[in-house]
Amino acid sequence: MLSEVEKKEIQEEMKMYPVASAACLSALKIVQEHRGWVSDEGVKAVAGMLNMSNEEVESVATFYSRIYRKPVGRNVILVCDGISCMIMGHENIYEHIKEKLGISYGETTSDDRFTVLPISCLGDCDHAPSLMVNNDHYNELTVEKLEAILSQYK
Amino acid sequence: MEKPLTQHINPKSAPLTFKEYEKAGGYEGVRKALKEMTPAEVTQLMKESNLLGRGGAGFLTGLKWSFVPMDEASKPKYLLCNADEMEPGTFKDRYLLEGNPHQLIAGLIIASYAIQAETAYIFMRWAYKKAEKMINKALAEAYEAGILGKNILGSGFNLDIHLHMSAGRYICGEETALINSLEGRRATPRTKPPFSVVSGLFGQPSVVNNVETLSWASHIVEKGADWFKSLSATGTGGTKLYGVSGRVKKPGLWELPLGTTVREILEEHAGGMAEGYGFRGLLPGGASTDFLVEEHLDIPMDFSTIAKAGSRMGTGTMIILDDKTCPVAFIRNLENFFALESCGWCTPCREGLPWIEKILGAIEEGRGRMEHLEILQRQTKYLAPGHTFCAHAPGAAEPLQSGLKYFYDDFVKHIEQKKCPWR
Repeated sequence: MLSEVEKKEIQEEMKMYPVASAACLSALKIVQEHRGWVSDEGVKAVAGMLNMSNEEVESVATFYSRIYRKPVGRNVILVCDGISCMIMGHENIYEHIKEKLGISYGETTSDDRFTVLPISCLGDCDHAPSLMVNNDHYNELTVEKLEAILSQYK
Repeated sequence: MEKPLTQHINPKSAPLTFKEYEKAGGYEGVRKALKEMTPAEVTQLMKESNLLGRGGAGFLTGLKWSFVPMDEASKPKYLLCNADEMEPGTFKDRYLLEGNPHQLIAGLIIASYAIQAETAYIFMRWAYKKAEKMINKALAEAYEAGILGKNILGSGFNLDIHLHMSAGRYICGEETALINSLEGRRATPRTKPPFSVVSGLFGQPSVVNNVETLSWASHIVEKGADWFKSLSATGTGGTKLYGVSGRVKKPGLWELPLGTTVREILEEHAGGMAEGYGFRGLLPGGASTDFLVEEHLDIPMDFSTIAKAGSRMGTGTMIILDDKTCPVAFIRNLENFFALESCGWCTPCREGLPWIEKILGAIEEGRGRMEHLEILQRQTKYLAPGHTFCAHAPGAAEPLQSGLKYFYDDFVKHIEQKKCPWR
């Protein structure tokens, strides 16, 4: 199931560790990078490649919050719900996203454009409130700023 | 006032390259350690400097290194840099990772040399994308310059440093959970003993140190233990990255003498409370520390003095509770975090934390009863050190127990008024 590119990237990660199974998380992340999420087939393929049981890989895949075992939208909004962002008004940001996109935490828009998820403290505390869209950080958010940010992601 | 850790950091411009850092004398400590000192001498110097771990626990760094067995049969050994900064309200390691990656690499080389580890891993939080880029670039430069790899500076010492990007979960910051995660497993903490220094990554001796701690190593080797001690206000040694977030005039991060008072950090550096907001309390070092209030403001922010006030120095990055934020909602936010981030291994933590969160939710939403306060009190005892597998739940109990002490009347008001007085 894995593409040649995925296999190559996973092999590259395996070189970092003396034991193949140590590359398990990196392998799952590579699969997710290419496919958006990790399917049952993805879990099996990683297990096969790293000589682990499917169950072992599944136990790892379901433990970590940044491995998606369900499909997500093309863009994932991660709203920081850490304490500093709460104090600085993250609730307004989340309310606006809910209203604008019509989705709550864990949901995806019907056009698959956005999934919204909460995320624990992003370490942007002195510039709260913050969120991430995919790999990009945004902080000192206001509703106006949010509008402009979201419009960049198609 | 000297600011060794942040002197070369300007968040608005790119961090120093290898050549620039080398020119600024940044790798002098590495040269001195590898060419003029034995590993034992480096460890001894680190002990004498009294460098206490900056990750939160405040353990004597040199002492940790000295526990590593030094016979040939103990190899391979590993040095692990904990860069999985996920303590809510904490943003200090990020500043160092993004701002001066070569300072950290120099520290990693010295620490690895001291314990004779030939492989080091930087375990970094997945969200720190900029830091990932900066560290990767700096590592490539260091290999290119021959300061990493085989036979570094002709000393015969070899070292490879790998960057491992994590996949989420706060518990990865716990030393043994970090090791399990690095091995590709679920990040559940391990039973201690054996301690990681004897049996850690892949069953081999491993030292886990925080980013801020390791960033000191090269400076201390270069300038000595007495110099390091002279930097602090209290004699403990060193400066500290202190941070403030919340409703203050100038939230931010400052390198100050270790032992600067809470009041100076809050009022001088953070500029005091923002217009229209009053001070009610603060968590001195992240979410898993006990509240301090007005009466504690003149205490020096040092490990021992903060402990005497009933809290912990933790990461040294304060979160301010203002008078327009509901203390119950504040604590509920923290407990929600701790409940979600419990690894689920031991029952008190897995079951106790969601229970606490639910009760706090009920109180916040006006469904609270007076007996809930007794349940919460009792839970803080069940989750105290000794009742759980690791420090996660005891950490979660800290803001709750101190919150119940200092803001008890606010809890009662919620119950009596059957609503949150702040809403």
